[in-house]
Amino acid sequence: MYYLYIATGLALLLSFIIDREKTLKAVKIAFKRFVNIFPAFLGMLILVSIVLFLIPDKLFSNYLGKNNIFIGILFASFFGSITLMPGFIAFPLCGILLKKGVLYMVLSAFSTTLMMVGVLTYPIEKEYFGVRLTILRNIMSLFIAFVVAVMTGVFFREIF
Amino acid sequence: MKRDNSIKIAGISGYLLFLIVSLVFGFNPGKEIGSNFVSFSIDMLKLLPCAFILIGLFEVWVKRETVERHFGEESGIRGYIWALLLGGTTVGGLYVSFPVAYSLYGKGAKLSIILTYIGASGICRLPMAIFETSFMGIKFTIIRLMVSIPLVILTSIALGDYLTKRNYHPVKGKQREGCEE
Repeated sequence: MYYLYIATGLALLLSFIIDREKTLKAVKIAFKRFVNIFPAFLGMLILVSIVLFLIPDKLFSNYLGKNNIFIGILFASFFGSITLMPGFIAFPLCGILLKKGVLYMVLSAFSTTLMMVGVLTYPIEKEYFGVRLTILRNIMSLFIAFVVAVMTGVFFREIF
Repeated sequence: MKRDNSIKIAGISGYLLFLIVSLVFGFNPGKEIGSNFVSFSIDMLKLLPCAFILIGLFEVWVKRETVERHFGEESGIRGYIWALLLGGTTVGGLYVSFPVAYSLYGKGAKLSIILTYIGASGICRLPMAIFETSFMGIKFTIIRLMVSIPLVILTSIALGDYLTKRNYHPVKGKQREGCEE
């Protein structure tokens, strides 16, 4: 995280030394873009706060562990698609679930959908790229997650 | 459009009112939602200013020709490799890569390469992959990357070509102005 601040600071400083006007313009663009997209971000934050409340951790591990593989993957993809959590929460959670006996393939479905399918980021993505592209991209990503899950299962000898 | 906005404003104010009322009367679910909201907002506010400043610098310093050469129609396979590298080093999640992708697109990058970048910023962010291996083992990470990277590229090409052929213009008027300065 700190590297990002340092890199941004240095880039800004360097830019300022080379060309003051351009740098001011850059900051203006940054500000304007941020303000433009801010409502969409606010929408996402509201959705995230509600969804995370509705899906407590317990419910989550209950559904992934038991039942059969197919249902596990389905639930994992569902949870992965509708939630949004940073990697530093998601992977420790996966690690815990793994120790509880959840299959690798279920966890790979979860982590892939978590990272690629964004139901909650829909307001933002739509704003930038339009509805059609957003929907198609998310469907494709869901498909990728299924394939990755199956392949993970094959390599870890969890299926076949 | 205006009606759309008033619905949004009503929704946001309703939500805020709910949080305040919950706080005053000690309604627990509301308090929990509120704390989720605050912690996620802080997480994002740590990242977004940097991301947008870098995007601003990108807009003023990087020439359109450079982007076209590396990410455009003529870039060929190198464009996808650049997209993977850039995606792999992007900090944050999808919500950071969308504005970056949008900037690249505005400067003439090819749609399928943009999609590859978005996908890559999801699945193969380097710091995250390293973190992942410590919890899930290196075999898990390698399988995941080996399977998903080719799939991301292939589906991006398919989707990008499909939409380009149909003359799909993702960028809507609203923000176009900011883009072409």
